Amino acid sequence: MNWVALATTLKLAVTTSVILMIIALPLGYWVAFSRWRWKFLVEAVVALPIVLPPTVLGFYVLMAMGPRSPLGRFYETLAGHGLPFTFEGLVFASVLYSLPFAVQPVAAAFGSVERKYIEASWMLGVSNLETFFRVIIPQSWAGVLTGLVLSFAHTLGEFGVVLMVGGNIPGVTRTLSIDIYNQVESLNYSSAATTSAALLIISFVILSIVYGLNRKVWFFAADRRHRQAV
Amino acid sequence: MLLIADIDKRFEGGLRIEASIRIPAGASTNILFGPSGAGKTTVLRCIAGLEKLDAGRIVFDGQDWTNVPPQKRSIGYLFQDYALFPHLRVSENIGYAAKRSPEIVKRVAAMLKVDDVLHRWPGELSGGQQQRVALARVLARKPRLLLLDEPLSALDAATRDHVRSELAELLRSIGIPAIVVTHDWVDALTLGDQMLLMSGGRVLQSGPPQEVLTRPQHREVATAVGVETVVTGHTRDRAGGIVVLEVGAAELVAADPGGDDAEFYVCIRGEDVTLEKGRAEQSSARNHLRGIVREIAPAGILTKVMINVGFELVALVTRQAAADLELRKGAEIFAVFKASAVHLIPKK
Repeated sequence: MNWVALATTLKLAVTTSVILMIIALPLGYWVAFSRWRWKFLVEAVVALPIVLPPTVLGFYVLMAMGPRSPLGRFYETLAGHGLPFTFEGLVFASVLYSLPFAVQPVAAAFGSVERKYIEASWMLGVSNLETFFRVIIPQSWAGVLTGLVLSFAHTLGEFGVVLMVGGNIPGVTRTLSIDIYNQVESLNYSSAATTSAALLIISFVILSIVYGLNRKVWFFAADRRHRQAV
Repeated sequence: MLLIADIDKRFEGGLRIEASIRIPAGASTNILFGPSGAGKTTVLRCIAGLEKLDAGRIVFDGQDWTNVPPQKRSIGYLFQDYALFPHLRVSENIGYAAKRSPEIVKRVAAMLKVDDVLHRWPGELSGGQQQRVALARVLARKPRLLLLDEPLSALDAATRDHVRSELAELLRSIGIPAIVVTHDWVDALTLGDQMLLMSGGRVLQSGPPQEVLTRPQHREVATAVGVETVVTGHTRDRAGGIVVLEVGAAELVAADPGGDDAEFYVCIRGEDVTLEKGRAEQSSARNHLRGIVREIAPAGILTKVMINVGFELVALVTRQAAADLELRKGAEIFAVFKASAVHLIPKK
């Protein structure tokens, strides 16, 4: 078991999912409530990482971060070094890669908040922003939590993008999935088996938490609605 | 004028709401009455700022509200199913409006008699309690105008009667002008000082509810307020405040509304028609029409009897009366009603 790789992986997953939540809350709100006619194009872009091969995404991210791109140059003047093959570069790529897993559950949860509650809040003199925190978030925390946990779990398991963007630097960009690949390459099957089992168990536990929580929340919500209707 | 609302709103599919509403200063309760689909709720939502106008303006107490966001209009809006926040307890619902102190929550809760359920969740309340909590939440904001969208429709019949009189008392005592949407004429008569009748996206008539309901000025109004029989009649003769009309193959007598119109919509309410087996020897009722029963159908606690008296006439009688008269399809019957029970709308 490569503990350094595990630490790198967890650090990457935590950083990525925190950043993703900061992005997914406003973006999910926009996706759920915007009436812009070209909104579907943005939705398609957000969903792209689900269908694109990680190598394709990794390739473009690498190009975007390179010294010839404005983004790469900007970062270099800011940080003094380039983005590719650094932990920060890996975070940038992971955020893009897991974006749909954070945005989609959040947007779906926001969209299922009944409009009358939002309007009732407005009619009580409460601003859009405050309504977001006092009505929309409390009624969709299952979706927000699902987005958070799914992006965490998805980042744990990413391989192609990490390989393309991060390289394979121990302690910096070598994650568990890359470590498993290395060990199999060097015919070190028993170590690969241990690490694989660890990743499998972690992923299973996380997904069980997601489904368990959602079920409980749905149960309560349905129960309350039912009682309200009676 | 307290409220001037000139509303022009178009929807996809051709539906258009074009309503002009004036509410004079003073704490009156104004009923927005009409059949479903008439555009009543849309008008309310436009006044609240929840719908944008395509054209027109909303002016409240001299302030132009047309482009003011809903938060900045001091309106208390009661939603049809109350929209109590399910994730907040009753006390938190009532205190939801910005910066409401616990004293205000206590005061409005006591006023609406919900102070014993403050710790409960909305889902644990009865329909009547939910309505009172929603009203308390609205009043805690100290609104200058109340908009109530079908405030009684979410309640069952037994609760409804009780809550209706409570609401009427509350509206009279709080001194805040209100617009109440309803399609129920009992609500209109109990709650309203004034009534605006909407049909097909327009306001067709306004006045005291009693007057609008009994003296409709348009055929649509007559239908909307639930007058069962609305038929066309031609003047045959008029003398001494009485007009004789030819309606279909029948002739009937009505009070002369004046003017020189020759054609009228003849409106007769079902409950004003009495049924008799044979022709009475003497009666003060001017109209005795012989007819054949066409159809008998239950209508709530009453029975609706359709009779062909030369035109289609609807009578509403009690079930007991229907049984005593041995009413059945094809039976001969006399329909009796006073001249004053016939309301005439000039046909233009």
